[in-house]
Amino acid sequence: MTDQLSLASIGEPLARLDGAAKVQGLAPYAFEQPVDDPVYLHPVQATVAKGRVTSIDTERAQALEGVVAVLTHENAPRLADTSDRELAVLQSDEVAFRGQLVGAVLAETSEIARHAASLVRVTYDEQPHDVLLSSDSDRFYTPDKVNPSFPTDTDDGDVEAALASAQVRVDATYTTPTEHNNPMEPHTSIAIWDPHGEHTLTLYDSTQGVHSVRKALAPVLGLDKSDVRVVSPYVGGGFGSKGTPHAHNVLVALAAQRSEGRPAKLALTRQQMFALAGYRTPTIQHVRLGADDQGRLTAIAHDVDEQTATIKEFAEQTAVATRMMYAAPNRRTSHRLAALDVPVPSWMRAPGETPGMFGPEVAMDELAEACGLDPIELRVRNDPDRHPGDGKPWSSRRLVDCLREGATRFGWVDRRPPGKRREGEWLVGVGVASSTYPGMAIPGSEALVRFEGGRYTVAIGAADIGTGTWTTLTQIAADALGCPTEAVNLQIGDTNLPTASVEGGSSGMSSWGSTVVAAARAFREEHGTDPAEGDQTQAGMPKNPDADTFAIHSFGAQFAEVRVHAYTGEIRASRMLGVFSAGRIINPSTARSQFIGGMTMGLSMALHEQSVRDPRFGHIVNHDFAEYHIATNADVMDMEATWLDESDPHANPMGSRGIGEIGIVGAAAAVANAAYNATGVRVRDLPITADRFVAALPPTPG
Amino acid sequence: MDADITLRVDGSARSCTVDTRTTLLDALRERLGVQSPKKGCDHGQCGACTVLLDGRRIVSCLVLAVAQDGAEVTTAQGLAGPEGLHPMQSAFVDHDGFQCGYCTPGQICSAVGMLDEVKAGHPSHVTEDLTGDPELTDEEIRERMSGNLCRCGAYVNIVAAIREAASS
Repeated sequence: MTDQLSLASIGEPLARLDGAAKVQGLAPYAFEQPVDDPVYLHPVQATVAKGRVTSIDTERAQALEGVVAVLTHENAPRLADTSDRELAVLQSDEVAFRGQLVGAVLAETSEIARHAASLVRVTYDEQPHDVLLSSDSDRFYTPDKVNPSFPTDTDDGDVEAALASAQVRVDATYTTPTEHNNPMEPHTSIAIWDPHGEHTLTLYDSTQGVHSVRKALAPVLGLDKSDVRVVSPYVGGGFGSKGTPHAHNVLVALAAQRSEGRPAKLALTRQQMFALAGYRTPTIQHVRLGADDQGRLTAIAHDVDEQTATIKEFAEQTAVATRMMYAAPNRRTSHRLAALDVPVPSWMRAPGETPGMFGPEVAMDELAEACGLDPIELRVRNDPDRHPGDGKPWSSRRLVDCLREGATRFGWVDRRPPGKRREGEWLVGVGVASSTYPGMAIPGSEALVRFEGGRYTVAIGAADIGTGTWTTLTQIAADALGCPTEAVNLQIGDTNLPTASVEGGSSGMSSWGSTVVAAARAFREEHGTDPAEGDQTQAGMPKNPDADTFAIHSFGAQFAEVRVHAYTGEIRASRMLGVFSAGRIINPSTARSQFIGGMTMGLSMALHEQSVRDPRFGHIVNHDFAEYHIATNADVMDMEATWLDESDPHANPMGSRGIGEIGIVGAAAAVANAAYNATGVRVRDLPITADRFVAALPPTPG
Repeated sequence: MDADITLRVDGSARSCTVDTRTTLLDALRERLGVQSPKKGCDHGQCGACTVLLDGRRIVSCLVLAVAQDGAEVTTAQGLAGPEGLHPMQSAFVDHDGFQCGYCTPGQICSAVGMLDEVKAGHPSHVTEDLTGDPELTDEEIRERMSGNLCRCGAYVNIVAAIREAASS
């Protein structure tokens, strides 16, 4: 049991402390940091998917007035460590994917840089490539582990025998497409290179973790960590794509070495982001469920095919949630990666759970129908009282409460059999799916508390990517110090502040909150309640005594009502409700926004998102917002999120479990299940578009 | 080729030299240091750069600065006055109509411009009666605000904020 905070500010719907700045556009994002006399950088990208650069003609670009330098692999500064090949920018003539960086232009203005980049002529020795994931690919291998460090495969009991003898079986393949994070703020960096300054490299970056960027980039550049400063007070969204540094970070640092001390500014274009900033791998999920005629699972098998790049492995942990979701004596999960000539996949909101809860949660809907059971009742019957894998007790598992609470609020009782509800020209149906996400904390963060000017400065190099850290961490600090929020001066987003973990895995508030609580308690112990000016204490995140004893996970129930047009197949999600069990809610206002935001991205995944890679050339064809559709305002109709009033004393001193990602998990499955209920058409491939229904819809009258 | 232009930005005359290829958005952000409008796509597809140009909402990444010499530009920064935030801005704060904040100045300029369009009787795709004055339903707000993307998914709260600001 962690030592729980007494609450005053926590639980209050405090308006965002950075709200006034943001609604005026005055919160400075990376590209907006004031710097003197900058130069602008525009990348040159490979136009082949695999091969070697045989020549680069930069003459016309260099002749352009206002061009400062043209960087290529032939003249770029050498990197000290090229073992991370995504970050080994301009170090060789090798091209491993279409869109890879093969050059860049530095110029006095962005217009000149862009024009000059278009004048760089690159010729290639092009080699055959393979960019499409398919289950018969000859590129598959078994990774040593899946993200971040889960076993690749698990096999408990005898799945094949249990499936063979099961009274009811579901055996189906589900697919999710390539998806791109697409935060609204593109990936941007300003680099200042000053070998004689306090920091050799100062990087204003749009990132989910200043300290993790510094830790990754310093060895690549041959610098000590202390030679690098990364600053990122405001971030225009990330959703995982800003969780690790990408090639552009190295490019801007290389360019700054060629600009004679002038700051180098780089903003990736929206189109460039589709090759350079990470994405979610497509997945092919073979799901098999076996059950008795009462709907009790006897076997669960989840076998996943997905892709990675040839230059760097990223193994999405797609089947990991299946290991803990439902009870069955026989369980098997596996991951196989095809190493393709594609950009490096990476984190995208709830990597693993988001695609991995689509296949199985649709399969559960199919199993419910095969058993003649309500899909909620099926899930209730298979709710495990301990973690099915390691047998640990749950810190709290209230999935059933979420399902029942949601059923009441959503009017689940009115659900009709598939294809039986029609309102005018619309077929209407409802669906449900479970949601889950682990309650994680990342060790290693430190926080400093200093009393100055009658207020408490609380400093930690944490991040706010829209998650509300500026506000919620202030609330936690206030309660930990026993003072009002107005007496707290929070400082985040700078490596000059104490080290902090990355904002990822919904772990930010657990990690940094625990750290701030520890620092505040140490401050009080050292300096009492009446500190003197300048008193300060620094402390690190303590080990959670319960972390190894309990299985700490959040749960949720996603409900959707969809309407499918009887003649055109047009599909709309007319209602969505999420009910979550996520421990203590620090701030109900920002928390509701996070849940709804996740559900909105889940709706977007369900109906819109799909990056289409051209097998002939290797690029994403729909690489902008006109063609890569994300949910717009008109797509989100009646959507609500709520949560169970609870606290998880085994998670951390706040009793919270992290909420940034669970909102997206299961949302797409709920929409797919609702679409089936509306039409009787089972869609197992995302996104769910009109063409899936047209052939099966009733004939148009007249 | 360069050109000297003068814009009236948030009530002040501002002169600068621009490349004739410079967009209004880049002129504001990189030449004049007015960074309230944001660059999300540079193709008029996301709405983050929305400003009021001579009182109408436009995406400033699709306008060439040189063609706007003498124009009046209002950004979200300029909507706030000496007495504090514009009612639309206060409503966005009160309803948590944003998370990362990057699309927000564009959302707010767009919302202010949109309400003027409704007042002027402009119909939208979802307006039933094209001859009468459109009623500002949630469906109308959603439709008219769909040129402004929000990846954090704050649409529900954005609609609530606009509804409140419109009724005050």
